[in-house]
Formats: sequence, C-alpha cells, structure tokens
Amino acid sequence: MATAPHHTLVDRNRRTMIVMAIVAAGMLTLGFASVPLYRMFCERTGFGGTTQRASADVAVTKAVGHTMSIRFDSNVSPSLPWKFYPEQKTDTVTVGARDMQIFIAKNLSDKPITGTATFNVTPTQAGAYFTKIQCFCFTQQTLQPGQEVRMPVLYYVDPKILNDPDNKDVQEITLSYTFYPVENGKKPS
Amino acid sequence: MTTVTATPDDFSGSHAHHDDHADHKPAFFARWFMSTNHKDIGTLYLIFAIIAGIIGGAISGLMRAELAQPGVQYLQGWASMMSGDQATLDQAYHLWNVLITAHGLIMVFFMVMPAMIGGFGNWFVPIMIGAPDMAFPRMNNISFWLLVPAFLLLLGSTFVPGGTGNGAGTGWTVYAPLSTSGSAGPAVDLAILSLHIAGASSILGAINFITTIFNMRAPGMTLHKMPLFVWSVLVTAFLLLLALPVLAAAITMLLTDRNFGTTFYDAAGGGDPELYQHLFWFFGHPEVYIMILPGFGIVSQIVSTFSRKPVFGYLGMAYAMVAIGAVGFVVWAHHMFTTGMSVNVKMYFTAATMVIAVPTGIKIFSWIATMWGGSMSFKTPMVWSLGFIFMFTVGGVTGVVLANGGVDDVMHDTYYVVAHFHYVLSLGAVFGLFAGFYYWFPKMSGKMYNEVLGQLHFWVFFIGVNVLFFPMHFLGLSGMPRRYPDYPEAFAYWNKIASHGYEIMVVGMGFFFVNLIWSLAAGKKAGDNPWGEGATTLEWTLSSPPPFHQFETVPTID
Repeated sequence: MATAPHHTLVDRNRRTMIVMAIVAAGMLTLGFASVPLYRMFCERTGFGGTTQRASADVAVTKAVGHTMSIRFDSNVSPSLPWKFYPEQKTDTVTVGARDMQIFIAKNLSDKPITGTATFNVTPTQAGAYFTKIQCFCFTQQTLQPGQEVRMPVLYYVDPKILNDPDNKDVQEITLSYTFYPVENGKKPS
Repeated sequence: MTTVTATPDDFSGSHAHHDDHADHKPAFFARWFMSTNHKDIGTLYLIFAIIAGIIGGAISGLMRAELAQPGVQYLQGWASMMSGDQATLDQAYHLWNVLITAHGLIMVFFMVMPAMIGGFGNWFVPIMIGAPDMAFPRMNNISFWLLVPAFLLLLGSTFVPGGTGNGAGTGWTVYAPLSTSGSAGPAVDLAILSLHIAGASSILGAINFITTIFNMRAPGMTLHKMPLFVWSVLVTAFLLLLALPVLAAAITMLLTDRNFGTTFYDAAGGGDPELYQHLFWFFGHPEVYIMILPGFGIVSQIVSTFSRKPVFGYLGMAYAMVAIGAVGFVVWAHHMFTTGMSVNVKMYFTAATMVIAVPTGIKIFSWIATMWGGSMSFKTPMVWSLGFIFMFTVGGVTGVVLANGGVDDVMHDTYYVVAHFHYVLSLGAVFGLFAGFYYWFPKMSGKMYNEVLGQLHFWVFFIGVNVLFFPMHFLGLSGMPRRYPDYPEAFAYWNKIASHGYEIMVVGMGFFFVNLIWSLAAGKKAGDNPWGEGATTLEWTLSSPPPFHQFETVPTID
C-alpha cells in the first residue's frame, strides 16, 4: 500500500514483476514445448488419424472373425521424382489378425534421393486402433537412380475398435502415405 | 462501487499554489520522448492509435472501393503504382492479400490495443486506484516506444518482396504454409518481427498493469471496490501475459521454418501445419477478449455515470469478466472447425464456446439493469455506450450461431464471419473507444468537446457502420467467401450497399476530427467533474487536466 515505507513498495513491485515475468517465460516455454507435446498427444490418442505402433512380440491379438476393408492411398510430393504405389489398392482383413501390404517405390531420376513418408488413416477416429508392427514410414528410404524397392507394411486392426461407439459404423479404413524428399539441411523436427 | 470521501481540493494542489511540485513539467523533448509520466504516455498511445486508425481505416476504404462492384477495378493499377512497372493480375491479387493483412494487423495491434490498454489504461488505471503513477514508469516508456518500430516494420514490409508481389499477404493469422514456403522474400519476416516487438511491448505493459493494480492501490481501495474499468484492465493484462508468449513461440517457429531449415509446420519434415493454427488461436481467441474487455470496463463506468446509479451487480460484473477471460483460453479450436476434427472435439468446442454467452449475458443484462430506473442523460459518451451494447449484442448473437460446429462447416470463411467479428470489434470495441474518448476527453484535455458534433459523429457513424456491415450477413449466408477481391454478379447488390455504408462512416469520422481539433483549440474549459454526481471514480476528484503528479495527499476510500 502507498502508506507503507517507500522501499517496501519497491520490493513488492519487484517481486510481483519477477513472478509475472516467470509466468510469461513459462507460457513461452509451453509454446515451444507444445511441439513435442502435440506429437505425444496425437500418438497417444490417435488424434487426427495418427496410427499406433507395436513391436512384433507385444502385438499378439486374436482374430475375432469380424472383417474390415482397408484401402491404401499413396501420394508423392511434386518435388520428389519417385513413383510410389501399393501392390493392391484394397484388402479385406479380419479384425485382430495381422496382415501385410507391399508398397513399391521407384526412383525415376538419375540421382540417389532420400525420402520419408508421412501417414495417417481416415476416418480419423480409427487412428487409435490401426496398429503398425513394421513400416517403411518409420525410417528414411534412400533409393539409387532407377532403383525399385518393395516395402512391406505389417499391421493389424485392434479388436477394441468393435467396442468403440465412435467407430460403430466404420466398415473401411483408408491408410494414406505421402512421400517427401529429405532436403539437405532440413532436420525433421 | 467506490464512494469517495475526499474532495477535489485535497488533491489538486496546483490550483492554489503555482510553484507546487505537482505540476512541474519537463521541457518538450524530455516530456514527450523520455516520458515516464503515465498520463503523457497514455496521450502518446492515443495519438499513436489515432494515426494507426487513420491508416488502417484508409486501407479498408481501398478494399471497399475495390469491392463496390464485381471484377477487379483498381487493384492492378495500385499494384503497378507500388511496384513501379505494370503489375500482373497475380500481383494485383497479392496486393489484395497485403491489404487485408495490413488492415487486420494494424487495427488489432496498433489501433485497438494501444488505445484501450495503452491509452485509457495508462491514463486512468493509476488515477482510479489512487496511485501516483504506474509501478514501473520507465518500463512504461519502453512499452510505448517498442510499438513505434513495430509499426514501422509492418508498414515497411509493404515495400519489400513478399512472394508474388510486394508486402506480406498472409492474413493477420499468418497461417503456415502460406507464411512459410508460400511467401518468399523479406516482407513476411518483417511482419513477423513486427508482431514480436508489438508482443514484447504488450507483455511489458501487462506486467506493469498487474503490478500497479496489485500493489499500488490507495488505502481502502480493496480489489472488490476497484472501478470496473480497472478490473477489466487487470483481466486483460492477465490474458496478455498468458496468451502473447504463446504467439511469440508460434511465430518464432515460423521464422525458423522460413530461414533456418526447421520443419515445425512442414509435413515433409515431420511437422504439422495444423499445430500453427492451434498455437495461433490459443493466442488469438484470448486476443479478441483482450480487445473487448477494456471496452466492457469503459461502458460500465459510463452507463453508471449517466444513469446516476452504481453499476447493477458490481461483483457479478467483475467476475463475469474473469470468467470470460478464463473460459476464453479453452475454446480456441472453434476457429478451426473445418480442419477435420472429430465430432467429439467439435461438440466440446461448441459447448465451451456457448458457455461464454452466460457471463456475457450477465454483463448485458446488468448494464440494462443499471439504466433501469436511473436518472439517465443521453450525452455523447452515453449514446456511444448504448451503441456499444446494441452492436455487441448483435455480434454476440451471430457469434452463438457460428459457435455451432455443424453450422460453421457452412459459414466458415464467409462474409457472415466477417460481419460477426466486425460487429463485436469494429463496432463493439471501436464504439467503446469512442465512448471512452468522449467521456474522458474533458478530463484529459481540460476542454469540453462539442456536444452537437459528438452526437452527429455518433449517429452518422452508427448508420454508416450498420449499412456497411449488416449486408455482410446476407452475403455470407448466400455463400460469399471472405478474402477475395472479386465475386460473382449475384453478390453485387449488397456489396454496393456496403461500400456506400463505408462512405457514410467516413463522413461520421469527419465530425470526429473536426470536433477533436475544434475542442482542443476552442473548447469550453472543463470543470473537475463535468458529469455531475453520477461520476464517482477518483479521476473526477482531480482538476481537468489532472496535475502532472497527482495525489500528493493519498486519497482514502471507505
């Protein structure tokens, strides 16, 4: 209060200022921390169709006899001179059973190029149940000039999807990939 | 509300003895360029805001001229004028993007915020709580002078390459990837840097206000006796403190994506452009409350003054603002309904957004209840406040419509949205600004404004902005998208009306500037309290204008 001795007010003001500056710095940190937090949130909840990942030994589930159609969608960034397509466009899988799909990528240029793929599934609420055991999208791929590779994706649909009311009417899941070039100097964030 | 026991003579020592320290002013350069006086800095903020408002308003005039009829009439000519040689149609379209970007950023960061918080906040928060000045006067000076280079950077960005043509054409939201890979050249870098500096200025100002309000209240001025304007600035300062650093982080990552090869918002490198939208609107939604809350405070003071009654439901009014501020942080994704979010997420953001209508309704009804049975007089500040309540209610109603995730799928990025946010901001916040300006002009300048010109300003401006913005509801409902300079013939009629509305509004603004100049030059001398017994806050106990250093005797509030 203004009646208090002057130095006390100065001290109080300084203390308030420091606390408020810490709050502002905290929000700034939170702003930057949102990058990993956002990724963790998406991976954890399957938000925006983010697929799940399991290692081969953990991913033991039993097939439940219900089938579902899986579509495969492949895209290539205009700046990447590759051809990229799934061996089959659709597949019917038993929910809970492992299945494999082959994707084929070919470098059409005369230079070795490294690419990396982003992925998600639609409808997005199925993301939490679409589980990949093995995928070319986990790592970067380098193709020599003219080289063609066959890349397997090993996946299953978690049977828990059948108990989720949000996924009640889901008959078909589309798995989509987009290949981008890994540019020199650009680090994946 | 506060009851003041002190009389004007207790504080305005300068009346009686002219050698008094309270009114010793420094020389011109030291006073205005090295100012540490909250009233002088407030005046600087207001002058700055008026200049920025003229520029931002002129830009909207260019846009209304282009939109007055279908086709591209002027843009190509203007673009050629700016670049020096014949501009292509794409460059003309880019100029359009530059205009909408500049109009938005200028009005938000360099007009409304400096006038509301920097101008009226600086002038009247210390006086209303009985403090001699802000807690950190020199930091206050830095806050203002950071704003000037920020504004110059933004204006300067118009003259350097920004991709397709000169200037930053990203929209005020600066969405990636348009603002990263989509806009080569230094213009967007300059605009982002401008936002950084303006943000730093506001964060410093917010810390200053919080410290002042928490620590420097006069004896007896408890938090629950503070005038509502002070409450509104306190809540606003907290919103600034919590929201602006997030914007700073978001646009810093834009800068590194643009210049240093990071891929925070680039899917090719594992980033996500949608993350930018989340971060931007985590700031952006509180930002709209930052612009409107001080207006709530101003209108509360004025409605009470001119109804000669204390504000109805004082505590409810104060905590309604706290509630609006708090809930404002958890509704941001209603700006992103069309990004493909799930039904559950949409349901949450729809419901949370509608919750805000409750405290807002408390405010509207409390203002009406304050007037009810009051001894009302319809002076210029009061008619502006009534205009504020009316306009804000219209904008609030369309806001509730847009809050519905399902409806927004159709309305998103149409002129309905443009109409909505201009009703709450251009008409809500700006009406609040004019209300405050006329209310406090006699106190700040010591001169009375001209009542006839003030009334003319209100009525012409009121008609003008309604003719300007109301047809945009119709345009939006029939599907006209925002951010385009051209449109099909079907939208021509209401666009023409809207452009005429702009002309009417400009005439209204003419009355404002004539009034301003006339009043400063030849206005009648204002007494300490020109508004009579309804004006109960501390600024009316001081002389008009107040002494350079007020409250040599500390006021006591009971």
